[in-house]
Amino acid sequence: MFNSQELKKDFPIFENREGLVYLDNAATTQKPKQVIGSTSEYCKTKNANTHRGIYDLSEEATEEHENSRKKVADFINAHPEEVVFTRNATESLNLLSSTLKDLIPEDKDEVVLTEMEHHSNLIPWQQFAKANNFKLKFITVKEDFTLDYEKAEELINEKTAIVAFTHVSNVLGTINDAEKLVSLARSSGAFSIVDACQSAPHMKVDVKKLDCDFMAISGHKMLGPTGAGIVYGKYENLEKMNPFLYGGGMISSVSYENSEFTDPPHKFEAGTQNVAESVGLANAIDYLQYLGMNEIQNKDKELTKYAIEKLNEMEGIKIYNPGIENSSGIVSFNLEGVHGHDVAEILNEENVAIRAGHHCCMPLMKKFGVSGVCRASFYVYNTKEDVDKLLGALKKVKEVFGK
Amino acid sequence: MSSEMYKQQILELYREPENKGHLNNHTHENFRNNPLCGDEIKMEILTKDNKIEDIKFSGEGCAISTATASLITDKVKGLSIEETKSLTKEDILDLLGIEVSETRLKCALLPLETIKGAFENA
Repeated sequence: MFNSQELKKDFPIFENREGLVYLDNAATTQKPKQVIGSTSEYCKTKNANTHRGIYDLSEEATEEHENSRKKVADFINAHPEEVVFTRNATESLNLLSSTLKDLIPEDKDEVVLTEMEHHSNLIPWQQFAKANNFKLKFITVKEDFTLDYEKAEELINEKTAIVAFTHVSNVLGTINDAEKLVSLARSSGAFSIVDACQSAPHMKVDVKKLDCDFMAISGHKMLGPTGAGIVYGKYENLEKMNPFLYGGGMISSVSYENSEFTDPPHKFEAGTQNVAESVGLANAIDYLQYLGMNEIQNKDKELTKYAIEKLNEMEGIKIYNPGIENSSGIVSFNLEGVHGHDVAEILNEENVAIRAGHHCCMPLMKKFGVSGVCRASFYVYNTKEDVDKLLGALKKVKEVFGK
Repeated sequence: MSSEMYKQQILELYREPENKGHLNNHTHENFRNNPLCGDEIKMEILTKDNKIEDIKFSGEGCAISTATASLITDKVKGLSIEETKSLTKEDILDLLGIEVSETRLKCALLPLETIKGAFENA
């Protein structure tokens, strides 16, 4: 297994912010110099607009962008034509909620989500349901913080058009049984959409094996730059869908009255693309693959296990986690009698960065009867010492508030 | 900014705030939340002859917003609606007597905004 303390040296943020204990990786991850260097190198040596110029530089920029697409495709075991670049995963999910309607048979009018969706996989479908007069249904979260699969079997039926769910909860860390949900969707003739924002950075994700119709991925949560989101879609579906945005780069011919659109994936990539960012993402994938996705997952588990054990030793801590076997790299908790913002504020004084609040999951917080939770989320550069510092800082919170 | 934010006075007001609860004869009420952190606050206000006779707050908040709610509800008792409306961010910071970071300023200002909002709705 790789040495996380050594790995920190690859991440300039830790040099520039001495003593930083960064535990907000579910929000965004830090960037290694390999990624930063690759985007900078692209800008210095290959920058041009893609698919436009008949000159070497533009050809090279295009090649870089398309190589990045191949890299992403290999990473999730897809074909490059099935990989669409977006700004971020929110845009990926909005792309789907804006373009899928035409592919849905008339007798279907329900969308099934889970109670643990991030707002980015909830609000687009609320709007979709309102616009098209569809019903929204929610697979419940049980008291052990896992999904109620019996309920899922009940809810997903011949009326279901779309089953959209998060692979790993950004609050609870729960790893959902994606294969089961995809197969339930398939047997009901519904489209399956996997929000892989919290899974793709932490474990091997294989779209072929999963057999999902669509997947959304966030590049900046896996060491990549911001501005590099992904939609994976089966080609047969992408082909039938209308474009999401209109403009340059997504047409095959244009008259003043009409336009014909090009094939996927470019059909969904109107306007100048984020090439430096896609290059950065490709390099992030190289970095992750060098470490090994299984190793990364084991590392996550080790840290999560350690954090849960240590937190459990503290008095007055409530943990929101389904247990180490079912979770990945995220530990949410509350300190009795102390608001999450106050916890985060005092942790910040100790140079420990965690997130406190509703984590873009307001309905889930309401369900648990809390206004928010504190969340520590780990990644490749985190160490047991980081967890120890978190616990030391939490003790300080207790001292301040215990007086 | 440091643990100085959590001075004894702030912590005491957080644990045992003044004016927490409900009125049964209030003339104005308002609810606000801070979508960033999920803080929620409700103000119930009794006015007579354009003056605030009594005020109670309820809801869930952090130490900063709860302590501020306690302080501001004390402060506005006896003030006219106009006087209350003219209170500013500086007045709140004076009451708190601590440095507040930009993010936490929202927590500190929520109670006053909620009170002012009650009179806008009326």
